[in-house]
Amino acid sequence: MALLEIRSITRRFGKLEAVKNVSLDIESGQFFTLLGPSGCGKTTILRMIAGFDQPDEGELYLDGQPLADIPPERRPVHTVFQSYALFPHLTVSGNIAFPLEMAGRSRDEIRRRTGEALALVHLEDKGDAFPHELSGGQKQRVALARGLVNKPRLLLLDEPLGALDAKLRERMQGELIALQREVGVTFVFVTHAQQEALALSHRIAVMNEGRIEQLDVPEALYCTPKSRFVADFIGTINLISAEVLEADRHGLRLDAAGLGEIAAPPLASAVAGMRGALAVRPEHLRIAGHAERIGLKNHFSGTVGESLYRGDVTVYKVRLDNGLLLEALATNAGPGRARFHEIGDRVSIEWRHDAGVFLDH
Amino acid sequence: MPVSSSTTDRSARLTRWLVTAPPAVFLVIFFLIPALIMAGASFREPGEFGGLAPLAESGPSLDAYRFILDDVIYAWILAKSFAIAGLTTVICLLFAYPLAMLIVRSPKRQRDVFILLVILPFASNFLIRIYAWMIILGPLDLLYSPVAVVVGMVYVHLPFMILPLYTNLEKHDPALLEAAQDLGAGKWAGFWRVTWPLSLPGVLSGSSLVFIPVLGMFAVPELLGGTGDLLMGNLIKEQFLDNRDWPLGAALSLLLTLAVLAVAGLSAVLTRNRGQT
Repeated sequence: MALLEIRSITRRFGKLEAVKNVSLDIESGQFFTLLGPSGCGKTTILRMIAGFDQPDEGELYLDGQPLADIPPERRPVHTVFQSYALFPHLTVSGNIAFPLEMAGRSRDEIRRRTGEALALVHLEDKGDAFPHELSGGQKQRVALARGLVNKPRLLLLDEPLGALDAKLRERMQGELIALQREVGVTFVFVTHAQQEALALSHRIAVMNEGRIEQLDVPEALYCTPKSRFVADFIGTINLISAEVLEADRHGLRLDAAGLGEIAAPPLASAVAGMRGALAVRPEHLRIAGHAERIGLKNHFSGTVGESLYRGDVTVYKVRLDNGLLLEALATNAGPGRARFHEIGDRVSIEWRHDAGVFLDH
Repeated sequence: MPVSSSTTDRSARLTRWLVTAPPAVFLVIFFLIPALIMAGASFREPGEFGGLAPLAESGPSLDAYRFILDDVIYAWILAKSFAIAGLTTVICLLFAYPLAMLIVRSPKRQRDVFILLVILPFASNFLIRIYAWMIILGPLDLLYSPVAVVVGMVYVHLPFMILPLYTNLEKHDPALLEAAQDLGAGKWAGFWRVTWPLSLPGVLSGSSLVFIPVLGMFAVPELLGGTGDLLMGNLIKEQFLDNRDWPLGAALSLLLTLAVLAVAGLSAVLTRNRGQT
């Protein structure tokens, strides 16, 4: 039995269906992420798990118990709010002790566990500080300690890294993973930042317009997206419109308008005549001068239209001879590899026959 | 850039002076100097037909204070004034707090209407409103009683409690209450552990705005209270207008002012200790 079972929940706000018939299971000990653009319904689901909102249809079960009649304060579920929502009139220790006090723990236990929680987030020396005296990252840690101190069955995190700058954000991501592994509490994380979701999660539910588009492990979401939305939302991807010429268990033969034939990996549901798009990640495209071709199955010529130097990699936007614009990623590993191709250079784009995924919707 | 920064310093200082000087001058002329005259008057002898006896004839005197200390009635009236002020403040707080919360939690447009209703009574004359209470309380057999005094005091001062509370509660982040609930606090625990402590600055400023004026108010007890409901304000007024004992009136005024300053100081200290919010 899954720790949290969500069964066909629907939530309407007036005419808008914010959550449409969503079902999902969250296993104990997981770092589970709800990922999607703003307005996709992910925060609404989080609020229904916390108890601040109720589904119009469907039911949520925690450890097999229906949650409907349990108010937020009696659910063994705590939340790390986007704004942290630290109590400004209480010290860091006071904030962390709050859930223990509400649970009626003894004074000794409160002191001991508050101390442990402070140590867990490396804030031993900040116990007597007030929230307004802390930096963003420190506030974040206090909010985490406060959410974890009473050992909830589930910790909900609502875009908790959204307010931090990029560097700190990356460091907090590492700390979050370590923390979750250390305490073993199940995390339900809500974010619109796909890289964050990929980096942190065991499993990710990609949401769009109130529905779950795809629920999978990060690698599968990235490598074999099941829809154009997922392919496009996670990372960058090239979509090449094509029609299936031939499909068998070894692979697909596609016809892309103006490009000719493309070889693609097999797809069980593909049949000849099916229209769709081949989705290929920029790092699967190999960009090379004509003389340097290594003879991969799919190869086309084009002209460099744009190059974005990012230090570790360079992103090239190459216009193929049929007018299609493809994005290719080249790592700048060797010396002198930066900006190897200049704008206007004639180049060849090639990729393996088993790269990418064919999407019919 | 030391030059330009000192120039901005100077112009900032000038602006500060231009802004603070007029009210400061006003307060010195119309408050500080009269208050000092009043304090001086309390150490003089009353004149034969009111006013003050010439200093050359009677010299300075502590008679007024001696008089106050000799008769326990003055301490009693001061205590009663404090009690009425305290009771009025507590009742105002009990009425105003839920009302302010209700206003804060209502939709924006209704909120403006509520605030307008709170300040609407100021549009009509204070005395007329007190006379209206005489008409209301008369048939109820409550007129000329301590109850009528407290009713009048609460009525007059309620807006001064509602407005600071509203201003304070409006600034509370609703996420804090949600967080409290999320972390296991029921409605009451959430109120007492989050909303109430965060609202203390508002409670204290509202309480000062009610307590201090009530302490010196003489019109309400004069019109609504009975003969036994004399408060500090009435007592002082009587010394000046009826008994013509200016030094005694001045001494009582000075004592009342000191009491008010003590209350205001206490409230300021309490607020400062809660300064983090």
